[in-house]
Amino acid sequence: MKSLILLSGLGVLTLLSEMFNFKRKIFPVVLLGLLGTIVISAMYWNTNKHYFNDMMFFDNYAVAFTCLISFIAFAWFLLSQNYFNEETNLTDHFALILFALVGAVIMVSYQNMSMLFLGIETLSLSLYVLAGSRKNDLYSNEAALKYFLMGAFATGFLLFGIALIYGITGSFNLQTIANYITLNSGNIPALFYTGVLLMMVGMAFKISAAPFHFWAPDVYQGSPLVITAFMATIIKTAAFAAFFRLFFTCFSTIESVWGNIIFVMAILTLAVGNITATYQESVKRMLAYSSIAHAGYMLLAILAMNKFSAGSILFYTAAYSVASITAFTVLSIIINKSNNEAIDAFNGLGKRNPFLAFAMTVAMLSLAGIPPMAGFFGKYYLFNAALQSGQTAIVLVAVLASLVGVYYYFKVIIAMYFKSGSDSSLVEVSFTHKLLLILTLVLIFAMGLMSDFVIRLL
Amino acid sequence: MSTIQAIPLNWYILLSAVLFVIGVLGVLYRRNAIIIFMSVELMLNAVNLLLTAFSSYRGDSAGQVFVFFIMAVAAAEVAVGLAILIVIYRNTSSTDINFLNKLKW
Repeated sequence: MKSLILLSGLGVLTLLSEMFNFKRKIFPVVLLGLLGTIVISAMYWNTNKHYFNDMMFFDNYAVAFTCLISFIAFAWFLLSQNYFNEETNLTDHFALILFALVGAVIMVSYQNMSMLFLGIETLSLSLYVLAGSRKNDLYSNEAALKYFLMGAFATGFLLFGIALIYGITGSFNLQTIANYITLNSGNIPALFYTGVLLMMVGMAFKISAAPFHFWAPDVYQGSPLVITAFMATIIKTAAFAAFFRLFFTCFSTIESVWGNIIFVMAILTLAVGNITATYQESVKRMLAYSSIAHAGYMLLAILAMNKFSAGSILFYTAAYSVASITAFTVLSIIINKSNNEAIDAFNGLGKRNPFLAFAMTVAMLSLAGIPPMAGFFGKYYLFNAALQSGQTAIVLVAVLASLVGVYYYFKVIIAMYFKSGSDSSLVEVSFTHKLLLILTLVLIFAMGLMSDFVIRLL
Repeated sequence: MSTIQAIPLNWYILLSAVLFVIGVLGVLYRRNAIIIFMSVELMLNAVNLLLTAFSSYRGDSAGQVFVFFIMAVAAAEVAVGLAILIVIYRNTSSTDINFLNKLKW
């Protein structure tokens, strides 16, 4: 709870900094504030506090995800430093990002449907503006409008589902709804199941699972690069944590109703994400499809729905986000240098800057799931959780899909080491970016080694 | 028995379902961004109607409080959405979403 207050306070402070003229100093303040958020929310470990008449519940799941989200945000601010220096309205962007983080924290700690709705909207409303923050760029405009219309559309489905569930159970509280299901099993009206399915459609839009993914590639490609990085990491993490929290606390006892649909959704997401990513020319768009594919892997944990699921989702989102932040950092340096986001822009990077090429290689290997990177253990624990629940078929599909994944991740690696580009000048890396890359590289290897510790947290 | 309860609950469910479907079809079939926008609002208001009806029949105020949340958020959404539309209109002099086809695979 204190982490929420701190984040909101930081947001207001950044807005005030514009007024009272200390906006040059706000960047370190925000970084310190985010570190403070991690420490403060970690202090709530094992306390299980309820807030506001059970509207929010900070259990270990919420605490772990709050820490993860604050940490990714910290890394994200390091990544986006140059972007913000070019901007004139820097404080607005800072404030919007911080308020989006408030929404993300609400999404991982809600205990009431109304908080879920408010969390999603707080996160999304800030992001609609940020996606369109290049006002004169038609791509950015288009991304903002598509994101906005699809986001509002999805919210409509989510709300209709919530309304139907409220009508049957008479409550918005997750625990009360779960109790209703166990008490009335066998004679629950069809309207309730309709509500569950509508909520599922709404959430599937948010995590960009196929067949509700079509907005994601366009929005990811059109938005400014750092905003894309924010969407691919923090929003993905928060939306998935919210999805899992909803289904684990509320609907885990009626898996026969939604299990098959999630099963089909997972297969479609894995297939569409991985196969379409193979023929992308733009690395940014490839990363968008790869983020769809990763949503497919994470759906396995929801299908498994057992005691391993929460831990494996936490580990997977952490591994995926850290690797994505690395990839987006390298991509942003390349785009700054050559103003080109195609795979060709990476040609000969192995000679032009061996450190950058190494960082990108590690990130790609981790995303592809090659041992001993963190991504491999993420996939391993997810598949393990699914196998424990007897979901063998979907694990087979996921393994095949990750083989396809190896192909397009290696395209970038091959371009860096085995092709020579027309431009052979050296690539400069700023101090902040170097620091960030070293931090994430250490984490990718360290998380692989300490995977057992992370997985036992939840 | 108040007037709202003189009508059976099923009629309210039916009406809001119909309104919701009209909203969904509007989003899927109309090509003008402002009309799509209005359709989304129609979907949200169908939800409001449903929540109010349920809340009234159950004698539970939580549903009506939720309606206030939805109204406040919808107002914020309108502000952001219209701002995005104005930016697009300045660049393309149109609100037809068929002009927005730069991003494709």
